[in-house]
Amino acid sequence: MTEAEMVPIYIMGKRYTVPGALTIMGALEYAGYKLIRGVGCRAAFCGACATVYRIEDDPKLYVGLACGTQVQPGMHLTQIPFYPAERAQYRLDELEPTFATLVKLYPQVLKCLGCGTCTKSCPQDLQVKDYMAAAMRGDIARLADLSFDCIMCGMCVSRCPAEEAQPNIAILGRRLYGRYLAPKAQHLAERVAEIEQGEYDDELAQMKALPEAELRQRYNTRDIEPE
Amino acid sequence: MDGYTPAMRESIKKVEATRPARLRETWPMMTPAEKQEILQRFHPDYKPEGMRALKVGPGKGMRTPHELADLLEAHSLLRQEELDLENIDYDTDVLIIGAGGAGSAAALLARQEGAKVLMVTKLRHGDANTMMAQGGIQAADKATDSPTHHYLDVMGGGHFTNDPDLVEALVRDAPEVIAWLEGLGCMFDKEPDGTLITIHGGGTSRMRMHSARDYSGAEIMRTLRDEVRSYPEDITVIEFAPAVELIMDDRGQVAGAVLLNLETGEHCVVRAKATIIATGGSGRLHYQDFATTNHYGATADGVVLAYRVGADVSFLDTMQYHPTGAAHPTQIVGLLVTEKVRGLGAQVCNIDGNQFVYPRETRDVEASAIIRECVEREKGVVTPSGFTGTWLDSPMIDLIHGPGTIQKELPAMVRQFARFGVDIIRDPMLIYPTLHYQNGGVTLKPDGSTSVPNLFGAGEISGGVHGRNRLMGNSLLEVTVYGRRAGRAAGRRAREVTLGTLTLSHVERWEKEIAEAGIETDVSSPLILPDYTRHGR
Ligand SMILES: Cc1cc2nc3c(=O)[nH]c(=O)nc-3n(C[C@H](O)[C@H](O)[C@H](O)COP(=O)(O)OP(=O)(O)OC[C@H]3O[C@@H](n4cnc5c(N)ncnc54)[C@H](O)[C@@H]3O)c2cc1C
Ligand code: FES
Repeated sequence: MTEAEMVPIYIMGKRYTVPGALTIMGALEYAGYKLIRGVGCRAAFCGACATVYRIEDDPKLYVGLACGTQVQPGMHLTQIPFYPAERAQYRLDELEPTFATLVKLYPQVLKCLGCGTCTKSCPQDLQVKDYMAAAMRGDIARLADLSFDCIMCGMCVSRCPAEEAQPNIAILGRRLYGRYLAPKAQHLAERVAEIEQGEYDDELAQMKALPEAELRQRYNTRDIEPE
Repeated sequence: MDGYTPAMRESIKKVEATRPARLRETWPMMTPAEKQEILQRFHPDYKPEGMRALKVGPGKGMRTPHELADLLEAHSLLRQEELDLENIDYDTDVLIIGAGGAGSAAALLARQEGAKVLMVTKLRHGDANTMMAQGGIQAADKATDSPTHHYLDVMGGGHFTNDPDLVEALVRDAPEVIAWLEGLGCMFDKEPDGTLITIHGGGTSRMRMHSARDYSGAEIMRTLRDEVRSYPEDITVIEFAPAVELIMDDRGQVAGAVLLNLETGEHCVVRAKATIIATGGSGRLHYQDFATTNHYGATADGVVLAYRVGADVSFLDTMQYHPTGAAHPTQIVGLLVTEKVRGLGAQVCNIDGNQFVYPRETRDVEASAIIRECVEREKGVVTPSGFTGTWLDSPMIDLIHGPGTIQKELPAMVRQFARFGVDIIRDPMLIYPTLHYQNGGVTLKPDGSTSVPNLFGAGEISGGVHGRNRLMGNSLLEVTVYGRRAGRAAGRRAREVTLGTLTLSHVERWEKEIAEAGIETDVSSPLILPDYTRHGR
C-alpha cells in the first residue's frame, strides 16, 4: 500500500474513505470529526483514545489506541473514551504496603479468573493477567514493575468478566511500592537537609551577585562531569 | 513489515559502517561564537518574518510569532454573550485552571493551606504535556553536584537572560520536590541501595537527570492525579470545562473565571478568592508550520486570558524547537524522540553516516545544526512523505551500556516506533526538529504570583525561569516547584482577601483598546482546540 492510497473504513457503522497512511485519530479528523473526547496527547501516553475495531470478514475484536494505530481497509471502529472503573478511596500515608491493603481496598482482586482477556486487550502489550496474579499473591513489587507502562486507557476494565479495575489496582501497587518498598534515596534526604540548614546560601548568593561577564566566563569554562 | 524504504536502507548501511569508529569519536562542542552564528542563521526564532510586534496590551511592542499574536490581539469569546455574574455556579477559595502537572501540584499545596479547591480543565485530568514528558527531571542531589552548579547551568542554558530569583527558587526547591514525589510513591529509577540513577541532559554539567524509565512525566502526572483524587472533599475537578475568560472584581483583582462546558456549550461562572493559571504551552499553534510534540490542548489559552486582564508577559519571542522529533514513519512525524536517547550515548549523523554536531549541545543549538545539515548542506535523508531528517543512532546505546538497555530504558520509544514498523534497537531513527516548548509566558514572581492581584501562575505558562532557552528536565521541575509555590501562595491569599463585585468590564475595555489600536480581526480567543478536521495531521 502506498502512502497516498485511499481506504474504506467504518466509523460507528458509517463508511468513509480516508488515506491509508493515517492513524485512526487522523482518519476520524479527515472524515470531519472535531474531536473533544477520545483525544489527549496524540502520542500514546495518556490513554484517552482507546478504540475497539474489527476488520471485515474477521470475527475477532481488536483494541488499539486511535493515535497509535494505522487504519486498515475495512476497519469497523468505535472509540471508548470513558469507562467507569471503580477507584477505591485511600490516603497513601495511612496505608501499609501489604496484601491485606490491596484486598481491603479492592476485594474483587480475589475474584480474578485468570482468563487473560485483559492481556489480550492491552494496547501497550502489558502482561495484565500476570500483574493481577502478582496482586493476588501480594507481590507488590512485581505488580508495580509489570504494570509500570500502563497508560490507564481502561480497555482491560471494559473487557474483564470479573469486573476488576486493573489500572487502579496497578497504580495503588506502584504508589505503595514507590513510597514504602523501594529503597530510600539517602543522598536525597541529606541534600534536602543541607539546603534547609542554609549550607548553599553563601555560594548561591555569591554566584547570583556575579557580573554577567564573569558568570559567562564561569559557564564557558565549567567542568563537565564525565559519564 | 519494514518501516524503511530501500533508499533509506542504503543510508542506514553507511551509518552502520561508521559506527565502530564513531563509538570512539567525540565530536567537539561549538565555541560560543559558532553557537551564536548557527542560531542566527538557522533557528526559527531568528527568522524576522515569523514574528511581529504586538500592537496592544501589556506586551505592546514585544515581538511574538504571528500565530500567537493573532490570538493575543483577538476578540473575547464572550463579546456577544449576556452573562449574569450574580448567578454564581461555583464559589471556591482557589480556582485552578488547567489540570496538568502544575495545576495538580498546586491543588495539593493549596489544600494543605486549608483552601477548598476547584480545578477545571479542558480535556481529562492529566491529558496534558506533563503526561508526555519522557526524559526526566533535574535536581542537584548528588555529592558531585550542588544547587550552585545547577544555577549556573540554567543561567547559561538561558543565555543569561533568566530572572535570577526565579532560577534560585527553582534549584533550591529541586531536591525537596524529588523527595516529595518519592514520598507520594513516584517510582524514580534507583540503584538497589536507593541511590537515584541520574544521567546528563543537554546543557548539564553534572549528571542530575532523574527518570522513571521513559515515562517520567507520566509517572509524575498519574501519581499527582491519584493523590488529588484522594481528597474529593477538598478538591473538586471538572473536566471538559475550559476557562474562556477571567472574571475581575470592582477592586481590580482577579476573582474567578467563566467556563465553557465543551459538551453542552453552556457557560458557567466561578467565583474564586485566588486564581491560578496552569494551562501549559502552545505547541498546537504550529508556529512557522512546525509539527509539534505537544498534547491536543496546548493552545496558549492561559496566556491569552492573563493578557486580557493586564498581566505582564515575557520572552514570548522564544519557542523551543526540540532537536529530535520523529521525521519518519509518517504517522508519528513531529512526536518526540526523548533527549534521553542522546543522554544514553546515541549520536546524530547525516545521510553519509557522519557526525556533524556534538550530540548534547543546548537544544536551540542542536536543532539549528540539524536544520543546517538538511537545508543548507543537503545531507538529510528524504522520506516517502516528503519530510527530511538526519539519523539518531539508537543502536549505539546497547553497544555502550550492554544489550537490553534500550528495551529497559526506552520502552515508550521502542513501542512508538515498533507500532509503525521500525525497530530502534536494530536500526537508527530519523529525526528533525519539532515545536516543543514555550520558553516564555506570563511573568512570575518567586512565590508564583503575577503582576495582577489574586492571579497566580505555574508551569509552562510562565516566563522568566528559563530565559530564552529551557534545558530538558527543568520544566518538569518548574511545574512541580512553581505548582507548589503558587498553590501555597494562592491558598494563603484566599484566607485574607475580600472580593468586591464581579465584573467583566475589562473585556469591554479590551474590545475598545483593540479598536483604538486599529486592529481589524475576525479571530476570537482563546482557541481552546485546534481544528484538524479534513486535514489528517
Ligand atoms: C512530549 C513532551 C516531552 C517532554 N519531556 C520533558 C522532559 O523530559 N523533561 C522536562 O522537564 N520537561 C519535558 N517536557 C515539558 C514539560 O512536560 C511541560 O512543559 C510541562 O509538563 C508543562 O506542565 P504544565 O502543568 O504547565 O502544563 P500541562 O501539563 O500541559 O497542563 C496544562 C493543562 O491545562 C489544560 N488547559 C489548557 N487550556 C485550558 C483552558 N483554557 N482551561 C482549562 N484547562 C486548560 C491542558 O489541556 C492541560 O491539561 C516535555 C513536553 C512534551 C510535550
Ligand atoms: S491520545 Fe493519548 S494515548 Fe492516544
